[in-house]
Amino acid sequence: MVVFIALTYGCLAATPSLWAQEPSPTSVAQITAQLAEPPADETPVAVLNVRITDTPNDDGHALDIRWDASASEAEGRVDHYEIWRAAVIDGQAGEYANIGEVTSGTYIYTDGNVSEDGSYYYKVFAVNDSTFEGTEIWTLRSESAVAGPLTPVAQWFDMQRINVFVGVLLLCGFIIYYITQARAGKELFIRKIAGLEAVDEAVGRATEMGRKIYFIPGSQDMDQVQTIAGITILGRVAEMAAMYETRLDVPVSRSLVMVTAREVVKEAYAKSGRPDSFQEDQVHYLTDDQFGYAAAIDGMVVREKPATIFMMGLFYAESLILAETGNSVGAIQIAGTGEPSQLPFFVAACDYTLIGEELFAASAYLSKEPRQLGSLKGQDIGKGLILVAILIGILLETFGIWDFSKLFKVIE
Amino acid sequence: MRREIPVLITGIAGVVFVVQYFIPHFPFNRLSNWFSDWFSIIAACAIWLGALNLIKISIEKIAYRRHDWGYSIIVVACFLLMVVFGFWAGRDSREPGMPFTWMYDFVYSPLSATMFAILAFFVGSASYRAFRARNLEATLLLLAAFFVMLGRVPVGDVLTGFLPEQFQLSQVAAWIMNFPNSAGQRAIMIGIALGIVSASLRIILGIERSHLGGE
Repeated sequence: MVVFIALTYGCLAATPSLWAQEPSPTSVAQITAQLAEPPADETPVAVLNVRITDTPNDDGHALDIRWDASASEAEGRVDHYEIWRAAVIDGQAGEYANIGEVTSGTYIYTDGNVSEDGSYYYKVFAVNDSTFEGTEIWTLRSESAVAGPLTPVAQWFDMQRINVFVGVLLLCGFIIYYITQARAGKELFIRKIAGLEAVDEAVGRATEMGRKIYFIPGSQDMDQVQTIAGITILGRVAEMAAMYETRLDVPVSRSLVMVTAREVVKEAYAKSGRPDSFQEDQVHYLTDDQFGYAAAIDGMVVREKPATIFMMGLFYAESLILAETGNSVGAIQIAGTGEPSQLPFFVAACDYTLIGEELFAASAYLSKEPRQLGSLKGQDIGKGLILVAILIGILLETFGIWDFSKLFKVIE
Repeated sequence: MRREIPVLITGIAGVVFVVQYFIPHFPFNRLSNWFSDWFSIIAACAIWLGALNLIKISIEKIAYRRHDWGYSIIVVACFLLMVVFGFWAGRDSREPGMPFTWMYDFVYSPLSATMFAILAFFVGSASYRAFRARNLEATLLLLAAFFVMLGRVPVGDVLTGFLPEQFQLSQVAAWIMNFPNSAGQRAIMIGIALGIVSASLRIILGIERSHLGGE
């Protein structure tokens, strides 16, 4: 047996070519040397008509370079185009440098690395090269005529966003119009929102049971409009809690939210005529960490078994962790968020859910203040307009009459 | 003045943010970044407020032996331990093998992962309640969930392999997600966008002031 293994190994060792998958360095070098001289007829024809224009709708830090295709491209003799730039120094073109390349078939390049303080010349090279095993064998370039100089200019209005501008003007116009109407004393009909109608009931339940109310204003900071919306609702809830003398606990995950929420709750207690009932520690910080925050609240909920939990603000993956824990202790839960991916979790685990816009309408709805209700009416008119636009778009696009959707394209 | 100045600052900042979206010219093109930088600096400084509040409440709880005060000992101990480990070796604290990194990698990260993993079980319990066919809407939800879940796994197509391709479960699931689901999501997103515009306008105009602690 040992002899057989030794013989087998000996035979295999004697035939190294069987194992040699990679070409030897000698063979690559030989082939490279053979092909090092490019064929005479492989030089591409230079590109013509290089044009430089200022990039529209920008902050003056970009130029567009366009050119016509090299005549050699159709024959497959252009691999890519190189764009070279020289800044104007003392009225003369400085040293040219390669700033980028595009593959053949592309005839535009945006140079986004220029300054409003400078002027620039450009040249475009048609390049034909050959490589073998990743090694460049030869490269042939043809240089275009110089284009320029041109100085980039910043624009005062981004015309690509004109549709957004018109939309914002229209919507704001409607909202301001209805605010004015409401201020003038006009009666406005606002549909009932079940989740907000239940706020009284939820606070009352906690009072009857003698247990706490928890208000969770989301896991994000004050730079989120959803957090602000949550905090505005907190003010109304705190007023009711103060009125019924029910303990309100507000665990927060951001220091700035803590400071703001504390001020809001304090004012709400003062407004309800019970400033002495307010305790600073009602609004307390836990942690900035998403799951640390969820874990801390879960622990508090399980230990203290609050009767009512409000979750209003911006939530991510912690939404269901919080809502299910609240559900498990039998708390009445009212949630609201503008995060579409978290809404199904709240709908499944909470008694009432404010879906998207209802969260933003909540403060106005609860305050019953005419000016705020007017803004809701304006918002509804905006929604009606969008609905009409969708219907028109469906008809025009379905029957191929006009590309209606292009009116609503937004350039980021 | 206690109300007016914050309202004025909010209004100016709000208008600036709207304007900078439409004007690419300097200085408007930089304003958004400047405001974000300021916010980050203020938020970073403010973290001390939160941290001190957490420690204060926890120490009070321990000192007065309030309900569940034992948990507060763990909070304070962990907080101090991480602070000490963080300052232990200065900037090198984040190097592999240092106590801070060890605590981060082998205590904090697994605990976070555990909390995240619990979500899977909560999805199960929430789905059980949501999918009970109590009424027409819940039944439709149950059916949609059934088709989507089965259509997302290979066995779905095996079970319906005898049907024409467009009726196989993976295609049905894709249709539910791409059409009814997308349409519903977009409707909600349009509502949210309008709600944000309306709420922002109320705040910018100073009509909504409750986040400042008053009407």
